[in-house]
Amino acid sequence: MAPVTEKKAAVTVHDPMLPRVARVRKRQRDLADVWTLNLEMEDGELLKFAPGQFNMLTVFGVGEVPISISGDPAEDGGGLVHTIRAVGTASGALTRLGLGAAVGVRGPFGTSWPVEEAKGNDVVILAGGLGLAPLRPMIYSVLANRRHYGRVALLYGARSPEEILFRSELEQWRRRLDIELQVTVDHAETDWYGSVGVVTTLVPRATFDPHNTVAVVCGPEIMMRFGTAALRKAGVPDQSMYLSMERSMKCAVGLCGHCQLGSAFVCRDGPVFRSDQLGSLMTVKEL
Amino acid sequence: MNIDRARITQMITLEISGLQALLDALAKRGYRVIGPKLRDQAIAYDDISSVRDLPAGWTDEQEGGHYRVTRRSDDALFGYAVGPHSWKRFLYPPIQQLWRARHKGSAVSVTPVPPSAERFAFFGVRACELHAIEIQDRVFMNGELADPHYKARRENAFVVAVNCGTAGGTCFCVSMNTGPGVKRGFDIALTELVEGGAHRFVVEAGSDKGREVLAALPQHAAKPEEIKAAEAVVAKTASSMGRAMKADDVREVLMRNLDNPRWDHVAERCMTCGNCTMVCPTCFCMTVEDSSDLEGLETSRSRRWDSCFTMDHSYVHGGSVRGSAKARYRQWLTHKLATWVDQFGTSGCVGCGRCITWCPVGIDITEEVAAIRNSESR
Repeated sequence: MAPVTEKKAAVTVHDPMLPRVARVRKRQRDLADVWTLNLEMEDGELLKFAPGQFNMLTVFGVGEVPISISGDPAEDGGGLVHTIRAVGTASGALTRLGLGAAVGVRGPFGTSWPVEEAKGNDVVILAGGLGLAPLRPMIYSVLANRRHYGRVALLYGARSPEEILFRSELEQWRRRLDIELQVTVDHAETDWYGSVGVVTTLVPRATFDPHNTVAVVCGPEIMMRFGTAALRKAGVPDQSMYLSMERSMKCAVGLCGHCQLGSAFVCRDGPVFRSDQLGSLMTVKEL
Repeated sequence: MNIDRARITQMITLEISGLQALLDALAKRGYRVIGPKLRDQAIAYDDISSVRDLPAGWTDEQEGGHYRVTRRSDDALFGYAVGPHSWKRFLYPPIQQLWRARHKGSAVSVTPVPPSAERFAFFGVRACELHAIEIQDRVFMNGELADPHYKARRENAFVVAVNCGTAGGTCFCVSMNTGPGVKRGFDIALTELVEGGAHRFVVEAGSDKGREVLAALPQHAAKPEEIKAAEAVVAKTASSMGRAMKADDVREVLMRNLDNPRWDHVAERCMTCGNCTMVCPTCFCMTVEDSSDLEGLETSRSRRWDSCFTMDHSYVHGGSVRGSAKARYRQWLTHKLATWVDQFGTSGCVGCGRCITWCPVGIDITEEVAAIRNSESR
């Protein structure tokens, strides 16, 4: 009898804490400290995701961080596109990885933007700073199925003109006649001809029917607090506003306890929440 | 204690020699037996093999920020409340490696650390602790995202419970409806009787595994007066609780008082040391740490207990969400008693009193809840 060759057992280990190995296939500098990495799983999986979800990315020997997915859900590998600001040890290490470098990937995790629920409505996309990155998959989805939506307004605020993310894409979107794009910066030099002021000032200027609108908001927490307030003032009910919360995350599966916000685990019950579900959780300090 | 007829007819009595036979029987079945032991002037959980390892004749004196072991007037083996340890350190060890990755050239292979095959027998588990284990079961064995490490240790564990014969100064299990008598979740349950020179244990099985182990021990059927005495032990303990907390509506009381000035009051005392979270038998927060050998050929990730009292716990780039002591204490208390209920369908508190005893400044969870409650009626 021929010797039995030892087969590598194709064990499907369902251990949510175990990262799978991916490689950096493309890296692009967006801003001074912000890079977009396109990854590719070694096992070839394309990682289907819904706009708004995130992955846990590991730099081996350094650490792991939650990073939202900024790719196009209609594209192969869109779930492995991440836009990362170098702010800490692990995020800094991620932005310094060269082509072909190994990255550990767990995910995708979390809830998603209301791509389906928004159909038939006007859509207001309110983004602050790097908050545009988690919203980009939603923007791609809406534009790809543009006829299913009413008016679409993308209101984006950055700290300064140099801090405007995805500039060339914004310019492409501006050229489209079926989306209202407004950009503002907090402060600028004299060579800036656009508007100056916080992003919430764009809300009253945008055209939408507040009773027939779905609004999605992403940015620093204070911006989301004032952003939802501006939308509320414009007549959009909280049941039609969605926002993406950021908290410390170590496990992404509701076990480590770090991301708690009231009774919610942001990793599992979020990051995307409907504004009325958060309620007072947004207004109590240091919750 | 309400014991039905069927259970009573199966109750047996063991002498000290029978208790030793029980320890031997567990060891013979391959269990690593862990039980109470006097260590560093506290009653801690550790490996035991003999009845002589148990803290005979010792009790503990517990108050807010105060713990002392003192001598009893008898030789009771379980004549104290609970110490700084809980069984969580065995089911959910303080440090657990999760995976290792080998790096060869540019190739990386990640291998999970397999769950431990260790089979523990926990000897002397109190009613509050059984509830704590049940609560952690809900946290860690929650459907498809069950933690493989906890699950393996838990499913292999054998539980010998003890009905409490002494209430500690910081105990309030009666309020939380978690003790002092054990009702479920054990393989074997003991009630210790020490009176007039006789030292016996009234014993019942709570599972087939338990029945099988008990069958081979030297014993006699428990006499009606022994069963009555055992019931009296639990009743006496229940009537001598050191503390109480009105628990039925505590969730609502806390959630409508997130801005109560009492949080500032407690923050003036709280040192945010995290002792309460370390000794709590249900606190489950963890963090992860990655490490690497010097050449970067092997990297790994471990998880370790974390505490919501650290600044790191809520740190996102730019700062901590909960920077003040007030916010961190409020997170701990509201999680334990309120949001825990939303998350896991049960309170996170079992009334064991450890957080009161081991708080270096003696902050008392029952007192803080009462203060917030009373501020409403003023």
